[in-house]
Amino acid sequence: MANTAGEGGLQLVGLRKILGGRVIIDNLDLTVNKGEMVSLLGPSGCGKTTTLRMIAGFLIPESGRVMLDGKDVTALGPEKRPSAMVFQNYALWPHMTVFKNVAYPLKIRKMNKQEIERRVHDVLSVVNLMHHVNSRPSQISGGEQQRVALARALVQEPDILLLDEPLSNLDAKLRVKVREEIRELQRRLGITTVIVTHDQDEALSISDRIAVMRAGKIEQFSTPQELYDAPATEYVANFIGSLNSYPGSFNDGKLTSGEFQVGIRPEDVLFSEKQIPGGVATKVDRVVSRGHFFEVYLNRDDMKLRAFLSTDVPEAGAIGYSKVVKALLYKDGNLVKIIKN
Amino acid sequence: MAREINKLNLQASSLITRIFILLFIIFMATFILGPLFWLAARAFVTSWTFPNLLPDGLTLDWWRVITGDESLKKAIRNSLIISPIVVLAASVICLPAAYAFARYKFIGRKTFLIGMFAANAFPKIGLFAAIATLYYTLNLMGTVLGVIIIQLLGTIIFMTWIPAAAFAAVPQSLEDAARDAGASKFRVFRDITLRLAMPGILVGMVMSFLHAFDEAQGTYLVGVPTIYTMPTLMYALVLNYPAQIAAVFSILLTIPSIILIGIARKHILGGQLAEGFQIK
Repeated sequence: MANTAGEGGLQLVGLRKILGGRVIIDNLDLTVNKGEMVSLLGPSGCGKTTTLRMIAGFLIPESGRVMLDGKDVTALGPEKRPSAMVFQNYALWPHMTVFKNVAYPLKIRKMNKQEIERRVHDVLSVVNLMHHVNSRPSQISGGEQQRVALARALVQEPDILLLDEPLSNLDAKLRVKVREEIRELQRRLGITTVIVTHDQDEALSISDRIAVMRAGKIEQFSTPQELYDAPATEYVANFIGSLNSYPGSFNDGKLTSGEFQVGIRPEDVLFSEKQIPGGVATKVDRVVSRGHFFEVYLNRDDMKLRAFLSTDVPEAGAIGYSKVVKALLYKDGNLVKIIKN
Repeated sequence: MAREINKLNLQASSLITRIFILLFIIFMATFILGPLFWLAARAFVTSWTFPNLLPDGLTLDWWRVITGDESLKKAIRNSLIISPIVVLAASVICLPAAYAFARYKFIGRKTFLIGMFAANAFPKIGLFAAIATLYYTLNLMGTVLGVIIIQLLGTIIFMTWIPAAAFAAVPQSLEDAARDAGASKFRVFRDITLRLAMPGILVGMVMSFLHAFDEAQGTYLVGVPTIYTMPTLMYALVLNYPAQIAAVFSILLTIPSIILIGIARKHILGGQLAEGFQIK
C-alpha cells in the first residue's frame, strides 16, 4: 500500500491507549494526506481528544506508532515533534504581550531578534491582529485570543496543525465566520490539519475527510458527502444529519416487515399534493418552520415520516402523496444495502 | 404619613448603625494601635511615668546605646544573615515538593500535606527540647547550622502549602502550550510556571522570613549563649536593661515586617495574575 503520508502527512498505526485503567483507544489506524484537513468527530468520551494528544505528544500510547512526515515520533515529547496545537482555551500566557506570545516558539529556536520580529509581524498580519501586537491577552476578545493562538501555532511552520475544539468557545455567528477563515487559511498555506470537534455541522463544512469516532474506534473515515450518502453504520447515520429509523425492510417504496433497520433521510422524502409515480397516500400532520426549510411530519399507512422541504411546502392537514427516494438498510448496525427509488 | 415615619426610622437606624460601627473601629484602632504607639513613644523618651500624660523628655540616647553595644550589633547582624539563608534553604527544599503536590497525584499525597501541620500542632517547646537532645549527639548545639535548622522547621508549611496553591493555579494548558512550542520541561517551569506562581511564592518567602526573623524559642534553646539573634537578645534585654531599650529593639524587629509586607502587597494585589486568568 502506497505510503501517501510519507511527505508531510500523518499516519497512526495500531494505537492503543489506557487511561485510569480503562482502554480509551483500541487499535486505531488513521492516515491523513499532506495538505488535507481532517476532523475527528464524535461525542464526549469517544477518545478524539486522547487521539489528538497522542499526535501532539502529550500522551504516549501503550502500543502503536505515530508517524509524522514519514518519521516515527512516538517516543518524542511535544517539544520535539513538528506539530503545533491550538488549545481549546487558547492557553495564551497572560504575563506576555501578543507579540511575546507568538515570538516565544522562535525565541526557543534561538532565532535572532530581527528575524523573530519579521516572522511574528508576518503571521500577525495573516490573522489580522497587527493592531494588537502589544496588547495583553486579557485586553483582547475571545475571537482575537483564538487568532493569537493560531498565529503562535503557524509561526512554528509546523508539518501538522492540531486544533482542539476551535469553535466551541465562540458564539454561533462568530463560529460560521471563523470556520470559514480557518478553512481558507488552511487551503492557502496547505498545512496538514487535524481538528477535534463534537459539532457535525462544523466538521461537515470544513473537512476534506471526517473520522467519525465512537468508544475509541473510528466507525467511518470518508468525505462529508460519502458519510452523508452512505453512512457505514447506524451510529454514523444518526450522528451525521437526521434519520427516520424503523425496523423492517423496504420494498416497492414502502416499509415492510423484515430483519433490517431501515433508515430514511428527511431530505430523501418527496411530497406532492398531486399523484406522483410511486407515491403513497399521505396526510400532513404538522409543519414546523426551521428558517430556510420546513420540517414536515407525514403520516402514511406504513410509517410516520419526517421530511425536510423548502419548496411547495404543504400546510398541516393537507392530503397528498409522498415518495421515499432513498433508503438505507442496516443489519447489526452495519450498512448492508442502499435502495434508490 | 406612615411612609414618612418609615423613612425616618430607616435613616435613624442607619445613623445609629453607622455610629456603632465608628465606635467599634475607634475601639479596635485603640486596642491594636495603642500598644504600638506606646512602644514607639517609649523608644524616644527619657522617661515617662504614670500618671503623667506627656513624657519627661525626648531623646535618641537609647538608639546610641544600641549602636554602641557590640553584642547588640552582633545579634542584629546574625538575624540579618541567618534569616535570608533560612528562606533560601526552605525554597530549595520545599519548592520542588510544592510543585509535586500541585501537579502529581502520588501515593500518600494527602497524608503528607496534612502531616506537615504535625510539627505546628505540638507545643513547640516540647518539640525543641526533643531536638536539643538530638543536637547534643550531632554537636549542633550553639552552631549557626543548628539555628538555621530550627528556624527552617517552621517555614516548611509556608514554603509548601502556599507555593503549591500558586503552582496549582497555573493552568496545565499553559504549560502544555509551552512544551508544544518547543520548550523543554525545565524551560516551561522557568518561563511559565515559576513566573506565574511567583506572587504566591513571594508570599511564602515573606512569611518564612518573618518566621525565621522572629523565631525565639528554638533559637534560644539551641543558640544561647554562643549565638544571639535579635529576638533571643530581646529576652535578655527585657530583664537587664530599661524598658526603653526593649522598645527600640521592638521597633527594629518590626521594620523588616513592614518593609516586606509593603513590597509583597504590590505583587499580591497586582492585577497581572488575576486578570490573566479570565482566559475565555
